[in-house]
Amino acid sequence: MSTLRIGLAQLAPRLGDVAANVALHRDWIARALDQQVDLLVFPELGLTGYLLQDLNAEVAMPADDARLAELAAAAGQMSAVVGFVEEAADHRLFISAALLEGGQVAHVVRKAYLPNYGLFDEQRFFAAGDRVAAIDSRLGVRLGLSICEDFWHLPVPLLHALDGAQLLVNISSSPGRDVSATVEGGLGTAGSWQALLRTYAMLTGCHVVFVNRVGVEESITFWGGSEVLDPSGRTVLRAPLHEEGLFVAEMDRAEVRRQRVATPLLRDERPEMVARQLERLIRQRAGTAEEEPPE
Amino acid sequence: MSDDLPWELPDELLIDTEMARRIIVAFIGGHMQQTGFGRAVLGLSGGIDSALVAYLTAAAIKPENLLCLMLPYRTSSPASRADAEEVVAALGCPSRVVEITPIVDGYFEAALAGGEERAEPSRLRLGNFAARARMAVLYDQSAAWDGLVMGTSNKTESLLGYTTIFGDNAAALQPIGDLYKSQVRQLSAAVGVPEAILRKPPTADLWAGQTDEHEVGLSYAEIDRLLYSLVDLRRTSDELVEMGFAAANVERVVALVAGSEFKRQVAPVAKLSPRTPGVDYLYPRRRPRGG
Repeated sequence: MSTLRIGLAQLAPRLGDVAANVALHRDWIARALDQQVDLLVFPELGLTGYLLQDLNAEVAMPADDARLAELAAAAGQMSAVVGFVEEAADHRLFISAALLEGGQVAHVVRKAYLPNYGLFDEQRFFAAGDRVAAIDSRLGVRLGLSICEDFWHLPVPLLHALDGAQLLVNISSSPGRDVSATVEGGLGTAGSWQALLRTYAMLTGCHVVFVNRVGVEESITFWGGSEVLDPSGRTVLRAPLHEEGLFVAEMDRAEVRRQRVATPLLRDERPEMVARQLERLIRQRAGTAEEEPPE
Repeated sequence: MSDDLPWELPDELLIDTEMARRIIVAFIGGHMQQTGFGRAVLGLSGGIDSALVAYLTAAAIKPENLLCLMLPYRTSSPASRADAEEVVAALGCPSRVVEITPIVDGYFEAALAGGEERAEPSRLRLGNFAARARMAVLYDQSAAWDGLVMGTSNKTESLLGYTTIFGDNAAALQPIGDLYKSQVRQLSAAVGVPEAILRKPPTADLWAGQTDEHEVGLSYAEIDRLLYSLVDLRRTSDELVEMGFAAANVERVVALVAGSEFKRQVAPVAKLSPRTPGVDYLYPRRRPRGG
């Protein structure tokens, strides 16, 4: 199977209403199965809504929660990514994504970068994940799964690509802002994300799947615009802004090989040099660096 | 949009009007759905802010679900009333006129007659009381009509503190609260607000001949450019003067913004317990009940 059918579940979760959102996810899984989707991707915190504040602990669930298992069973042979609040054994709360495969929760990935500026207040309510690793999927591709703000930090796509990912999947609850006549498309946030997605596809030679929610919470309107890009940075499908819907794109897996043979950026990547420089910079930031001799 | 509208739209403030319209209509519709309301009430003054909110609300919930209330005081301009009627006619929404003169005058006349007050109230007190009388009527009609009260505050007047606390700034939603006056004008022209409303000078209609720009001493285009640089771009006063704004104007606007911070926030609760509403008891405005 060289092509994969990717389903982008650009939906509007109900804030704080897990039961309603589980039902919503179940319906959309059934719709995606009807359309022979191989990988169905739901947005960040799709099972809970985004602006939870003190509801965070009330909607949290462990990775082995029966509701996740139920959705995994519903997905059957289809792979699915769902976003939820994960309560760890030590009761830390994470913004997490679960990869559901083969009727069970195959992997859980925790959001590593929590924004706490402007309209964001995530560090007040959540713990940050501390592992960035690619994961194997039954689809025969390795996935770099990340959550929203993770994509505003260069190490995440780099680490995923070095770890063997061929497909970068980012799930988001991105609030629309910066409405302006001078940015293409009229919405600054959308323009910034589109630039990021294209850049990461080109630099990593990966397919990129971005799923962003829609709907309104408090002052925020989430802008949608979910997207699939091929490893050359070309947009395969871009969902409309602000419209709820299940969008399906076909992804040709052979594109990764073609792109990486033609432009072997990943071959030329130098993790050992990067690691040395990072060690140096970490010492500098910590104030423990000794005077280093000039090279 | 006419080319010859009598105001300037600063380049850096120009918005994509279709994007702004779409977001605000979705915002209104989303809150209606979450609160379980299908209807709204709106005080229509005849000015551009409330006219724009009327157009956007009618687009979100259909005109028949929007009750427009005209709430004139005896000194309110008849032209304002006519302009409000034009909006009602253009949208085809239900409307009602409630004179607030007996409420306002009744209160002040009783105080004079009883000897508690020795002189007529100042224009400021009268204006603020009228704004709060309108608020009281709107919230009563909100219950009678079963609709959310739509706010009509824009970002310029909110930042300048050019509002009556618990008066015109009292509302369930503020759809245009993040648009500067210049952007309100741009969007109003785009959604078809009547030409007469687009053209007239902005006024709080507190007394005859009063205009906002005369009170501040700057045009809205200048105020908005200054506020945008100060607030959105985080420029310092010195940088604003370097950009060409007159130092006195910068100083005046900065003082107005700083002095009105309290109007944009809820009242502080004295902290005593482990969890205090508004301090460290933090929930979304609407959430599922129980469970």
